[in-house]
Amino acid sequence: MALARKTKDKLIQNFFFMMALSSIVALGLIMVYLFMEGVPIFQKVSPFNFLFGSYWYPTSDPPDFGILPLIAASVAVTVVSSAIAIPLGVMTAIYLAEIAGTRARNFFKPVVELLAALPSVVIGFFGMVVVAPFLQETFDLPTGLNLLNASIMLAFMSVPTICSVSEDAIYSVPRELKEASLALGATHWETIARVVLPASLSGISTAVILGMSRAIGETMVVLMVAGGAAMIPTSIFDPVRPMPSSIAAEMAEAPFRGDHYHALFAIGVVLFVFTLVFNIVAAYIADKHKQVGAATL
Amino acid sequence: MKKIIALFALAMLVAGSAFAETSINVNGSTTVLPIMQKMVEAYMKANPDVKISVSGGGSGNGIKSLIDGTTDIAMASRAMKDKEVELAKSKGVEPNQITVAIDAIIPVVHPSNKVSAITLDQLKKIFMGEVKDWKELGGEGPVVVISRDTSSGTYETWEELVMKKERVFPGAMLQASNGAVVQAVSKNKNAIGYIGYGYLDASTKGLPVDGIEGNAETAASGKYPIARDLYIYTNGAPKDAVKNLVDFILSAEGQKIVKEAGFVPLTK
Repeated sequence: MALARKTKDKLIQNFFFMMALSSIVALGLIMVYLFMEGVPIFQKVSPFNFLFGSYWYPTSDPPDFGILPLIAASVAVTVVSSAIAIPLGVMTAIYLAEIAGTRARNFFKPVVELLAALPSVVIGFFGMVVVAPFLQETFDLPTGLNLLNASIMLAFMSVPTICSVSEDAIYSVPRELKEASLALGATHWETIARVVLPASLSGISTAVILGMSRAIGETMVVLMVAGGAAMIPTSIFDPVRPMPSSIAAEMAEAPFRGDHYHALFAIGVVLFVFTLVFNIVAAYIADKHKQVGAATL
Repeated sequence: MKKIIALFALAMLVAGSAFAETSINVNGSTTVLPIMQKMVEAYMKANPDVKISVSGGGSGNGIKSLIDGTTDIAMASRAMKDKEVELAKSKGVEPNQITVAIDAIIPVVHPSNKVSAITLDQLKKIFMGEVKDWKELGGEGPVVVISRDTSSGTYETWEELVMKKERVFPGAMLQASNGAVVQAVSKNKNAIGYIGYGYLDASTKGLPVDGIEGNAETAASGKYPIARDLYIYTNGAPKDAVKNLVDFILSAEGQKIVKEAGFVPLTK
């Protein structure tokens, strides 16, 4: 009887192990496929010309496969949207974790989380129909579908991520640290700025990077509101064409296993490398500045 | 009711003549692709025993697969070149050209734009990024150029008939569909774009090109400069299942689908 129970336990353990393994297998298969379909383009164009060529004319004769304008666009929307989303997200997190009373917290937190649940196509639609005409008229621009519009919409999407991850980090700063600071005569603000924030810096950095990697990989919003011009932006009011929107817009009509098809997969590889680097950096920071318990006696 | 009975009879006939499932392969131009997809959807609904697979690899690709015998119907947005016809004949393939629809593309601007006529040459210069201000054409404000994704058939037609081997400049904003172009142009008083004839409505202003207004008649007569015939090619005169499909495409019902897909139907 005891043996049967043990066997059963073992089986259940193995079952859960398989479940955990499935996501790794899925990731592995996707990576293999991505590289298999992306690499053949490098027989037609060198990796250097692919990454740093400034013209993207995949269907011209002869075609040009330079994705520098697409990379520049992705980096630009990510940077501008971070500039908007990081202060908003982190400050909201500080308010929620340190300043807000229980009632305010119970009201704000679900609302911020609801923002995360908004489908990206809805945000994109809002940007297209409401924000674009507004920007165009306010700043007297040729078009409201541009880098700034896309960045604002992406900021909407990364604020909830940045806010809820940072809030967890700030909230988990040991009570003893705060009490020690207050006991030494520091004000509430001094305690937040000099004790709580430094102690939760690794968590906040992770939050910021996760928010950024959400922004760089987001497709629907940039497809709808970024404008879609494949050129290197020179102002925040220029229309741009980030990598994901190129893939989404062109994949459906690219001839199967043609050069254009392989080039789009290669863009996918570049995107993958970007998000991988973001995640590795996030893991590194989280590990290096880990808060290892409170120093209590 | 008569129609339903006729359809039913046709279905029975097809089912009767072909005991096993018949399959038809269609390949070629991405311009013809949206028409063919809608056509095949409607056709397979009425004839569930016929399996048709449609893929778009470009006109050249479709013609090549017809010559190789890997496809039954090739879609093409251009007539076959002499070289291709020769190659086909040397392989015992007898290409048979059938016109299925007319593609007419209309340049559109915001309804408030003062410009009300344009020439092919001006269009080319605008899309090359050389004309940057509407002043040069009698309007006002900066020109915002809206184009289509380079893999779309509409872009292909535009590139061939307007750009004539020149490239649309990188500053053009690319939209993923005719509908998106209509949306973008109707929301922007500085914009110019181009759409398939079927998408023209009151939210944008279509411009006559070289003095000729683009509509079903001028496109069919060949007067309108940004229009071209769309073809399918079969090996010899179509037979059996392929013939049924071709007949359906050319029927009144089929031509209604052409119109729904945003193209100019054949007038008979």
